[in-house]
Amino acid sequence: MSDIATRTDAKLMEGPAFVRTMPLLPLPPPMAASGAIGWLRWNLFSGPLNIALTVVCALLIVWIVPPLFKFLVVDAVWNGAGRTDCLATPGHPEMGACWAYVFDKISFFTYGFYPIEGRWRVDLFFVLLAVGVVWMAWLNAPQRGLGAAYFFIVMPLASFLLLYGVPEVLVGIGHWPRIGWLSALLDALNHVLPRVPTTQWGGVLVTVVVASVGIVFSLPIGILLALGRRSRLPAVRLFSVIFIEFVRGVPLITVLFMASVMLPLFVPESWSPDKLLRALVGVSLFSSAYMAEVVRAGLQAIPKGQYEAAMAVGLGYWQTMRLIVLPQALKITIPNIVNTTIGLFKDTTLVFVVGIFDFLMTIEAGRADPAWATPVTSTTGYAFAAIFYLIFCYGMSRYARFVEARLAAGDRR
Amino acid sequence: MAQQTAKPALRPAPLKTGVAVDMIGVHKWYGDFHVLRDINLRVTKSERIVICGPSGSGKSTLIRCINRLEEHQQGRILVDGVELTNDLKKIDEVRRDVGMVFQHFNLFPHLTVLENLTLAPIWVRKQPKKLADEIAMNYLQRVKIPEQANKYPGQLSGGQQQRVAIARALCMNPKIMLFDEPTSALDPEMVKEVLDTMVQLAEDGMTMLVVSHEMGFARQVANRIVFMDEGQIVEANEPKAFFDNPQHERTRLFLSQILH
Repeated sequence: MSDIATRTDAKLMEGPAFVRTMPLLPLPPPMAASGAIGWLRWNLFSGPLNIALTVVCALLIVWIVPPLFKFLVVDAVWNGAGRTDCLATPGHPEMGACWAYVFDKISFFTYGFYPIEGRWRVDLFFVLLAVGVVWMAWLNAPQRGLGAAYFFIVMPLASFLLLYGVPEVLVGIGHWPRIGWLSALLDALNHVLPRVPTTQWGGVLVTVVVASVGIVFSLPIGILLALGRRSRLPAVRLFSVIFIEFVRGVPLITVLFMASVMLPLFVPESWSPDKLLRALVGVSLFSSAYMAEVVRAGLQAIPKGQYEAAMAVGLGYWQTMRLIVLPQALKITIPNIVNTTIGLFKDTTLVFVVGIFDFLMTIEAGRADPAWATPVTSTTGYAFAAIFYLIFCYGMSRYARFVEARLAAGDRR
Repeated sequence: MAQQTAKPALRPAPLKTGVAVDMIGVHKWYGDFHVLRDINLRVTKSERIVICGPSGSGKSTLIRCINRLEEHQQGRILVDGVELTNDLKKIDEVRRDVGMVFQHFNLFPHLTVLENLTLAPIWVRKQPKKLADEIAMNYLQRVKIPEQANKYPGQLSGGQQQRVAIARALCMNPKIMLFDEPTSALDPEMVKEVLDTMVQLAEDGMTMLVVSHEMGFARQVANRIVFMDEGQIVEANEPKAFFDNPQHERTRLFLSQILH
């Protein structure tokens, strides 16, 4: 039927004048361009180079995946109480991953030396954090403004009280003017949440704390620095540029060493703040410089017309930024923000150089346990760490892809 | 329903003085480039001025100086008696009272049509949200797209977007409206709906400065047509005299090129 229509019109086209007599119906595409065969041809075998790459990749997969699978799953030991269970036996000649070791050590990997009776506080912190992350990451979540307030203000304060307890300074202030209810409240809090010095924190807890503090602080500071760098006030601009360029020009390890080794040389012992706190400040400032550049890219993508329209209706600078520019700029930079976050998450492992017991450090420490000394203990520990980081980072990168796709589909400009 | 039949009348906010815009000996440079050269233009209440001229002649720069999107470097500009200087308070005052419509609409893409309209009234005029919504819906009816209130700008056609932009400016209850080539980014089929809205606005007595090459509109609506070339006002006259009997040679050349 549609064939006929095509032919009829084609015939008509031979004359000098042309009027379409019947509309053309849409046709399905030819077989070779669609379906599974079309996909294979186009994506895997479209040319000599593509064919070569396909073959190389297939070989690589065959070379790597089966042994890995064999070690991690087939030969792995899942249950056991000690090193003997993971060693090779006549019935089990090839040693695989000793997951029993990981299961046995999992609470050490998670909490470090955090007191056992207080570990519910850590669990609660993980829940608080998860709620905040979901609230922020779910683009259609209800009350996102409230979510931001929770994520950037309520959660950090609550987490601090929960994990650390009431700081001594606060208790002192509470008792000082003798306000009955306040000191009573602080005493009660102090009783329920006895102070846990950060030297006892460790494992996933520290990794998550360092990463989330880095994110929670680096984003707002980064936004301010990005705005500062584009400011019309020379002093503000100069400060932002110097800060950003200085921090970007120095390795994170240097920043951490400076914070933990140099700082105590300049200030008396009693003044010198907590070691973890110093690392947190270092990581936050470091990543805020990177965040600033990411946000600046987003700011530059906003057309000049948006600023002009905002000015023309009488909005001031901060109103323009908050209501018009930042919502659009941050939306388009979400993939890059997540990218920076992934980098930050992995960089947290560097805090081990100043003696902070992060997740990777607990794995290092676990290797030395004679109760689990086998040839595969280290490998298993590192494999576990790799899987842990992979899950988190891959999750974040999938999220960034999802946001990108959503923005591309819903590009309303 | 009743509102749709009885169109809400627009009363432009009253001017404090009889002179809406007074430009006296205004000069402006972009670097070394002299964009505006000795501009003298007085726009009185309810006057409709259409500014035309070849591209690069400084038309847009001229009207953008009136709400200080561009800064002039010499001469004086008074908007309803308020002189534009570096005083930010004065600039804010002027911007609140002067509405502007851009060539590329410049709607806020992340906000719905209704939010686009109510943003400035709520944040700048401190109107309660309910009142701002009501006023915004009124204006959307005037520009004949109340049913699009909850869509995003990207879902509208160019003509509809430009009408939203006009309504957005009107929601601030301006004394003066500036139009910077409001129809030149539109598909030909959509020019009319925007021009109709502007004609209506003129009939309501709004003081308007319009940069446009829509000569039909100029003939129908303008009190005065200003022709610019190379940063100067070359000729200004009533539409009839301007079109039928242009005095300056440059004007004649320009008209012969755009009126076929």
